Amino acid sequence: MTDTLTKLTAKDFTSNQEPKWCAGCGDHAVLQQLKSAMADLELKTEDVVVVSGIGCSSRLPYYVATYGVHGIHGRALPVASGLKASRPELSVWVATGDGDALSIGGNHYIHTIRRNPDLNVLLLNNEIYGLTKGQYSPTSKIGQRTVTSPNGVVDYPMNTIALTLGAGGTFVARVMDRDGKFMREIFKRAAEHRGTSLVEIYQNCPIFNDGAFTPFTDRERKADTTIYLEHGKPLIFGKENDKGIKLDGFTPVVVDLNDPKVSRDDLWIHDENDFIKANMLSRFFDDPDAEGDYLPRPFGIFYVEDRFTYEDALTAQVEKAQEGGEGTLEALLAGNSTWTIK
Amino acid sequence: MTDTTTTNRGVNVTPKTSVTVLFAGDSGDGMQLTGTQFANTVAVYGSDLNTFPNFPSEIRAPAGTISGVSGFQMQFGSQSVYTPGAKFDVLIAMNAAALKANLSKLHHGGIIIADTDGFDDKNLRLSGYGEGNNPLEDGTVADYTLFNVPVVSLTRKALADTGLSVKNIDRCKNMFILGILYWLYSLPIDTTIKTLQVKFKNKADIADANIKAVTAGYNFGDETEMFAQFGRFSVAPAGKQPGTYRRVTGNEAAAIGLAAASKKAGLKLFLGSYPITPATEILQTLANLKKWGVKTFQAEDEIAGVLSSIGASYGGAMAATSTSGPGLALKSEALGLAVIMEIPLVVINVQRGGPSTGLPTKPEQSDLFISMFGRHGEAPMPIISAHSPVDCFYAAYEAAKLSVEHMTPVICLTDGYLAFSSEPMLIPSPAELSKIKPVFAKPRAADDAPYLPYKRNEMGVREWAIPGTKGLEHRIGGLEKANETGNVSHDPANHALMTKLRAEKVEKIADCIPLQTLDNGTEKGDILVLGWGSTYGAIKIAVDRAIKAGHSVSHAHVRYLNPFPKNLGTMLGNYKKILIPENNCGQLLMMIRDRYLIEPVAFNKVEGLPFNEMEIEAKITDIVKEL
Repeated sequence: MTDTLTKLTAKDFTSNQEPKWCAGCGDHAVLQQLKSAMADLELKTEDVVVVSGIGCSSRLPYYVATYGVHGIHGRALPVASGLKASRPELSVWVATGDGDALSIGGNHYIHTIRRNPDLNVLLLNNEIYGLTKGQYSPTSKIGQRTVTSPNGVVDYPMNTIALTLGAGGTFVARVMDRDGKFMREIFKRAAEHRGTSLVEIYQNCPIFNDGAFTPFTDRERKADTTIYLEHGKPLIFGKENDKGIKLDGFTPVVVDLNDPKVSRDDLWIHDENDFIKANMLSRFFDDPDAEGDYLPRPFGIFYVEDRFTYEDALTAQVEKAQEGGEGTLEALLAGNSTWTIK
Repeated sequence: MTDTTTTNRGVNVTPKTSVTVLFAGDSGDGMQLTGTQFANTVAVYGSDLNTFPNFPSEIRAPAGTISGVSGFQMQFGSQSVYTPGAKFDVLIAMNAAALKANLSKLHHGGIIIADTDGFDDKNLRLSGYGEGNNPLEDGTVADYTLFNVPVVSLTRKALADTGLSVKNIDRCKNMFILGILYWLYSLPIDTTIKTLQVKFKNKADIADANIKAVTAGYNFGDETEMFAQFGRFSVAPAGKQPGTYRRVTGNEAAAIGLAAASKKAGLKLFLGSYPITPATEILQTLANLKKWGVKTFQAEDEIAGVLSSIGASYGGAMAATSTSGPGLALKSEALGLAVIMEIPLVVINVQRGGPSTGLPTKPEQSDLFISMFGRHGEAPMPIISAHSPVDCFYAAYEAAKLSVEHMTPVICLTDGYLAFSSEPMLIPSPAELSKIKPVFAKPRAADDAPYLPYKRNEMGVREWAIPGTKGLEHRIGGLEKANETGNVSHDPANHALMTKLRAEKVEKIADCIPLQTLDNGTEKGDILVLGWGSTYGAIKIAVDRAIKAGHSVSHAHVRYLNPFPKNLGTMLGNYKKILIPENNCGQLLMMIRDRYLIEPVAFNKVEGLPFNEMEIEAKITDIVKEL
């Protein structure tokens, strides 16, 4: 059994199927970091199941050399929930997209989040339907012109992080496809969290929605448009690390740290266990390209809560029912009330 | 009646071979409980029986009105009883609405026991008879044997010294009426007394009051001149097969069948489901079987219900989902996934009147087509049907066995009639249940050849390769699979091959199921009545009577609707006419016609009601005349 002693690498998590994503698609980076994270976590390929729905990102299970289920559109989460409920010892990951999870699978999404099974959900958000070639998605921007919105999108976009917190999420994070190492670390934290971990990944679709996240990735602008959340650290951002966020009553405001009247001690200290503040951070959802002031878009872990998982609670009930021993087939067949005919 | 005996008190006792009783009252009157008590007593006494509740689809329909009437119907007899009865011999009417709603189904000359306290002006008005038009007094019931009993008043009198509130005393009125019925049918009251003692073990005063009421009712029969003059009846034990019995409804039986199959297969049962009438009791029953390792998952919707089971099945659980028509429609896409993934899954579909919301509490057999054809693409699934409440146990068990051993989703069809009906079940010993043998793929070493998830055995069945097993890592899903490797394939020839292999796998199940047998009649003859599902009891009785009347009629009941038993076509060729009674517009008929190129005679009923034996008997008689 030497193989159990050999540490697996990302290569060991690579299946024999060639990814069929377009060149330059953000999905490639997610796949690579996922495999690396799995290796770092010292998972065994036979103990991992990757479940997905339908869409470009949902092809991901085919490329990971673990067990995998490519399900139907919008419905990876119930498949994963049933699997985890019956086999709690498995490491179950879900790959889904903005259309898959939030549109056709919206109902499953909110109910899975509130039930909190121990799943690692990677929600690859490219703000477009890629596999069907460019229709707007529930996260597309107002006014976005697509093949099904030639005059601009009029559907108000969904805020994944706010929705997830609202549904009772216990691990809520956002990353960018270009932030390879950062993404891998968040994936590992997500895996270590017991409960449903949601990682929203801003993922560029170079074909149908290229540049959707440019305001947050552009070398010149990103330091001012993004903020990276670190537990216990003040909210500081900007090219020169000279901008901070502080709370003015209940209102977050951007302050200039070069201003002698501003003290670093007044800055908002990120506490990933603070539900109220996580909700406020989720509302940092401004479009930097719109007119007026904006708050930077947060990346990292918004919120973590230690809450019982669905499968643990269910298993505990089964174990309690079996305290006096597991029921026999004879007892099952007989039930509670019988009579005998001689 | 030459065999009438006389008790030492001078009351005649007339034996009966079968009796049908309806307990009818307001939905708050406890008629289901009363009927259940009566059924338990009859069962323990040893008669055969079949019960059917008839309750409003609203939880609390307006009291006193026709729509608020709740009924519990049962037939019991000294011979085998196959249905809850077509017409009643006895009607218990706790109020005017209960009488009005059910009088048409009482045999002429039948017995009415009316609670006259439920025929006051208010009740008469709400029932639609109208104030001042008391049917007990105006000749409406002149053709029947009427017993006027002021049940509420008598119960209050009997329980006056219990110290209970009037409200609590009035709740015991159903026990009073039950006592009268025990007297009338010469049945012991001790089964009910024992039940009450257990049920109210922490409420001794309530237990005592109920026991007093049932005793008072019994004594009322014994001591009242009108009953004494009329006499009593007796229904002998049915001489059922010796053994230990329990009473089950179809839904309970189906749930236990699944759980038993999981134990027998050495698997854990997982049920992903969503509440829906008339299937909900399957989920409820299994939620109480955690001691047997059963896990239930009440999903957010029907779709999540079936998909959670697909996930559990992929993980190696015996997985099932329970539903009814609208839910089955929602599950269609997921069932296609189970078909292409080739994993075990049992769908118990308790049919109800459709389309759409239709008649949620009423039975119909109209989901055969959706079971057979209701998925996009070429997506065949085996279908098994249950023909009686007890058979729901065996049908569910067998569906689970086929699904696990043939790596396929299987639909088990029951209906609202079977789901809510109950009958005695001879409890099988575990050894009597057929073995269930899942075939799990074995772990592989690093230097073994790559695992081929879609490699098949001679039955066309692939192995079950579950996560956690070394060397079997594989990815499957809804995209077409390359033969053997299971990799995604869009190759035209491969798709044709896989479509064929999936169909053949289901067809080959015909090699593993029993041949079609005759239930009654001769192997060749004039008429074969071909039924499926819950029409069994009505057909059974009708054919029995037709045979006794000298007609050449046989009965076969098809359990396996896909694939059909191999000999079915040959059997159908042995008769001049094939009659297919169905609670739909001819679904089995169309499948039979298509498959065997014959033209059966259709007999369809879509009234939200099961057939009764008279209807089928009359149809047989019509056909006989035309021969």
